[in-house]
Amino acid sequence: MAEIDRDKLLDIYTRTMKVNRTDEKFRELLMQGKVAVMYYCVRGQELVSAAAMAALEPKDYVVCTYRGQGEQTAKGIPIEKWWGECLGKATGTCKGKGGTMHITDPETGIMVTTGVVGSGIPIANGLAMASQNNGDGRVTLVSFGDGAANIGSFHEAMNMAQLYKLPVVFLCQNNRYGEHTAYADHTDSPNVAVRAAGYGMKGVTVDGNDVNQIYPAVKEAVDRARAGEGPTLVEAMCYRMMGHFFGSDFSYMPKEHLEEMQREDPLPKLRKVMLEHQFTEEELDRIVEEIDAEIEAAVQHALDAPLPDTDEIYKDVFEEVN
Amino acid sequence: MAEITMTEALNKAIDEAMAEDEGVFCLGEDVGAKQGGGVFKVTAGLTEKYGEHRIRATPISETAIVGAAVGAAIAGQRPIAEIMLMNFVAVCMDQIVNHAAKLRFMSGGQTPCPLVIRTTTGVGVGFGGQHSDMLEAWFAHVAGLHVVTPSNAADARGLMRASIDANDPVIFIENILCYGLTSEDPGPGYRVPLGKAAVAKEGSDISLITYGRTVLDALEVAGELGKEGVSVEVIDLRTIAPYDEETVLASVNKTGRALTLHEAVRPFGTGAEIAANIQEKCWDNLKGPVRRIGGTFSAVPFASHLEQAWIPTKEEIVGQIKASVGKD
Ligand SMILES: Cc1ncc(C[n+]2csc(CCOP(=O)(O)OP(=O)(O)O)c2C)c(N)n1
Repeated sequence: MAEIDRDKLLDIYTRTMKVNRTDEKFRELLMQGKVAVMYYCVRGQELVSAAAMAALEPKDYVVCTYRGQGEQTAKGIPIEKWWGECLGKATGTCKGKGGTMHITDPETGIMVTTGVVGSGIPIANGLAMASQNNGDGRVTLVSFGDGAANIGSFHEAMNMAQLYKLPVVFLCQNNRYGEHTAYADHTDSPNVAVRAAGYGMKGVTVDGNDVNQIYPAVKEAVDRARAGEGPTLVEAMCYRMMGHFFGSDFSYMPKEHLEEMQREDPLPKLRKVMLEHQFTEEELDRIVEEIDAEIEAAVQHALDAPLPDTDEIYKDVFEEVN
Repeated sequence: MAEITMTEALNKAIDEAMAEDEGVFCLGEDVGAKQGGGVFKVTAGLTEKYGEHRIRATPISETAIVGAAVGAAIAGQRPIAEIMLMNFVAVCMDQIVNHAAKLRFMSGGQTPCPLVIRTTTGVGVGFGGQHSDMLEAWFAHVAGLHVVTPSNAADARGLMRASIDANDPVIFIENILCYGLTSEDPGPGYRVPLGKAAVAKEGSDISLITYGRTVLDALEVAGELGKEGVSVEVIDLRTIAPYDEETVLASVNKTGRALTLHEAVRPFGTGAEIAANIQEKCWDNLKGPVRRIGGTFSAVPFASHLEQAWIPTKEEIVGQIKASVGKD
């Protein structure tokens, strides 16, 4: 596969750290009791979403899940709005009516964040169908977990996307768990991507902890989709380093496996690649400092922001027509 | 003017909308020309005009059909998805209830979902338990969905146009037994606004509130009772949710009596909601309790005499009205 150029590497690094620092900050706030909301940690999966978003153009559409922080921040939702929504404030992307599991920001291309496992996959087909119908050249990427690969909507959507050669990329983030159930306890196929063949679709499994595998794989899938060659199922092997959601029990995750997977942590690996490409420690640290400062300000802004008007419960149910 | 059937009326409305707006497209099982133009022929002839991209014959994948309609809708198109028979909405309720109905609200107004889900059903055709239910109450109970059903061909044309125009999701229920009904063709561009009921027949003794195929029974009964000196006002809701409360309440305030009637089973039906609302808001003008008629609380049976016994009969409607006006 072609080398990733320096600019793109820097782009991926910046997005990855944005995801990671947002995750760290969220857990810090939860731990301090400053906020009390559902939050699905992305520790261990930062690189997958960052690399995938870096392979898209700004106009492209994304559908993600409750564990979508990575896609959302890496695609570029203005972070003040993102924090505002997570804290249920009027300044949020959805005026506080969506919340952590239902973030929408069409301007950034984040079209749907769904809390129903697998249900975003057929919706992504529809976004792609619209692009195919009106020739706007957009690609839709939908992200979901390994658990979602066992729900009917996954299978229906795979078949339909391949049938119509839709410009869609299916990104399965195989973090080895569906809530408390380990991959081997919910699926007997060696991996999820092999299923693509059953639909006549191209499927690839790559190491989601290795930037040199994940980025080229998604980029190729995006290029194929944009060229009208149809969908690809990209499975990124990664690891959910925390419990299912913040604060949830994770005693079912074997310690040895966790330790083994910590050695595969994508962040030190990415840093190593960056250093190999002559980025300096100082440069890399400065990027993180800038991100931290930006997040700090955004969090403060969200904490200070007003709550939505109670009247909002009556609004946006239907189109307001007078 | 020429007469058209309800099937033709729906076809014309869709054809016209597709001609005017490139964003309007149809998808569903068997809807394409190769497949015969739809099980009930509503999309017949449209593939030839608009091509296979705009009349997409789909695999048997209800979730993928409605999911695709949701995705296309939030991307600015106006999909018309067909769910071959209403019972099969049970397969794709997640997409309808959790997504189509809620995306506008949950996004704070950013992703409205303008789609039409056409579906068909009806008791009296011998389809048995899994192909005959009227499930409108399921949808009426979810905020964010319009639920529409025409009782005649002209309304079908106008309501379909309005449903395609609507900037929100619409569940459009077509009764199999109504497809062959004819009306004078109201012509191109005809629209019946959503949320507006029709006073199908004026009357002064009792308001009979109904929709869909049972409007025909209601009108027949009203005609017969008229000869006996009982004046029945028939309200055809046309839009079941959100329904035209103003017209219903005005009618009941005038007549002082009300009876709701639908083909769906009686318990927890839309008639219960309307009856309760009338009770609350017209209490001072009511001369007696609001009554309800609905289908039997069982699966729709197959044997024709059982199926006929399952549906609210004209005798039952007559009996309830007479009891209500004190002529029993
Ligand atoms: C249809 C449905 N069933 C069950 C749930 C409850 N649930 C929430 S997350 C989850 C696990 C999903 O696992 P996976 O798809 O691998 O995604 P991950 O959480 O690992 O990102 C389950 C079962 C749900 N939200 N939706």
